[in-house]
Amino acid sequence: MTSSGGPAIDFDVAVVGAGPAGSVAAYRLAKAGLSVVQIERGVTPGSKNVSGGVLYGRVLDDLLPGYANEAPVERKITRHAAMLMTKDSAVALDYSSRLLAEPVNAVTVLRANFDPWLAAKAEEAGAFLMTGVRVDSLLTEPGLSGAPTVVGLRAGDDELRTRVVIAADGVNSFLGRSVGLTTKPPTNQLGIGIKAVVGLPRRAIEDRFALADDEGAAFALVGDCTLGVGGGGFLYTNTESLSLGVVLRLDDLLRSGRGAAEIFDHLCEHPMLAPYLRDGEILEYGCHLIAEGGYAMVGQLAMNGMLVAGEAAGLTINSGLVVRGMDLAIGSGIAAADAAAEAIAKGDTSQSGLAGYRRRLEDSFVLQDMRTYARAPQFFERPELYGAYGELAASILQSTYSFDGTPRKHLARMARQALKTSSIKLRRLLRDAVAGVRSL
Amino acid sequence: MKPTTIPQRLAADSFHIDEGESHITIDQELCRSTGTAKALIAVCAAGVYQERDGQLVADYAGCLECGSCFAVAAPGAIQWHYPRGGFGVNYRQG
Repeated sequence: MTSSGGPAIDFDVAVVGAGPAGSVAAYRLAKAGLSVVQIERGVTPGSKNVSGGVLYGRVLDDLLPGYANEAPVERKITRHAAMLMTKDSAVALDYSSRLLAEPVNAVTVLRANFDPWLAAKAEEAGAFLMTGVRVDSLLTEPGLSGAPTVVGLRAGDDELRTRVVIAADGVNSFLGRSVGLTTKPPTNQLGIGIKAVVGLPRRAIEDRFALADDEGAAFALVGDCTLGVGGGGFLYTNTESLSLGVVLRLDDLLRSGRGAAEIFDHLCEHPMLAPYLRDGEILEYGCHLIAEGGYAMVGQLAMNGMLVAGEAAGLTINSGLVVRGMDLAIGSGIAAADAAAEAIAKGDTSQSGLAGYRRRLEDSFVLQDMRTYARAPQFFERPELYGAYGELAASILQSTYSFDGTPRKHLARMARQALKTSSIKLRRLLRDAVAGVRSL
Repeated sequence: MKPTTIPQRLAADSFHIDEGESHITIDQELCRSTGTAKALIAVCAAGVYQERDGQLVADYAGCLECGSCFAVAAPGAIQWHYPRGGFGVNYRQG
């Protein structure tokens, strides 16, 4: 459209960001024979990225078969646990299975290793990767309908003209916000993730988590690990390190009057985690903002000449037991690439020409799963989840297992008694249980 | 695991510090009047924001670039963008 008579096009597509969404989009576009530039502000791909670290990578296996054996992944997750924590107890749901190993269901990754591998796939396919370059702004022109059209981007003194820009520039997407495609989310839709990578010998990790060889464990933590602040913690195994962290909902963190680092300290020193962390040494400390608004946060995804993908589009899911982002990023990268290629082939890269993006996301697991868990963020705003429920569960099990000479009671009677001393009323418990079943 | 302070944890990280340009600018007046100063100090896990002699200061060199400060700040209270290309934190694990 803008190419006829206008300034020369430098690249068919510019992809901003070399995370999973960007690299998959660049790979797929280059494979389709389009000219692609991929621009990353870090000195290498992954050098600005932090994730908890579990990639549910079946979508990547469809794109790059056997990726888990070739990519620098850490461990193949065969054990998932969810732990309700109080200050001195933990109540866990713990699932281990060989079925999770074959085919590989999920892997832990360290982004400084994984992202360069994925970006190299795009380069091998023909994409031109520029690193250490920050995109400062978008080039826009008034479109036919008066709505602005993105016609390229600016980095320092350089300008590049494109047919389509794919903004895979992360949760803070300054590019998306600069043209009103995305907005700054409210603080109840954002969580700060704080993580330490804790070095430990390989064998110690396998022994402590009961794992064979390259198997891994992923623990989701709720309750006292965040000192009652909405959010949760995680403990994942890498090959020779653990990823230990918390995610704190910003609105609740501010309400608590506590500092984020203080809560992270509490996690690091938690007695229920101490046996896993013993003698560990912090190799790195990182932070990452997380979009937690779910489907309600997903807005417009396309405008004239531009698409937004991955976290920039708010594509993350927290179902309580499972936290996802990278697989949704990959799914959206594929959809964005295919929609951009289709629009360019048609010669219409306007918002309506790019409408195939939304359609592809709606048809794929990406928006279908976002919709399934649409009510989860609201469910997780219940403060009892981060305190009273853990206390209640621990108190029932304490009465079950503790033999102090007093006569035994049936479980139902014990539970009733525990409920009586808890701040939670039975009606409240039932209502929350129903809401949980419906939302999760 | 031995308890650690924020500076000890940051010492494990790698940074390419941009000596010529801070990527954080503070509007003292707005930070004070809107309560933003307190919020920034609370949310920043890297301890970038501190109060010294009644002024809010940002030690931008230790910024982990998450954007939480910008997310909680009142409009205009701080300007926060990514450091220039190639500068800032350089994660080696991620």
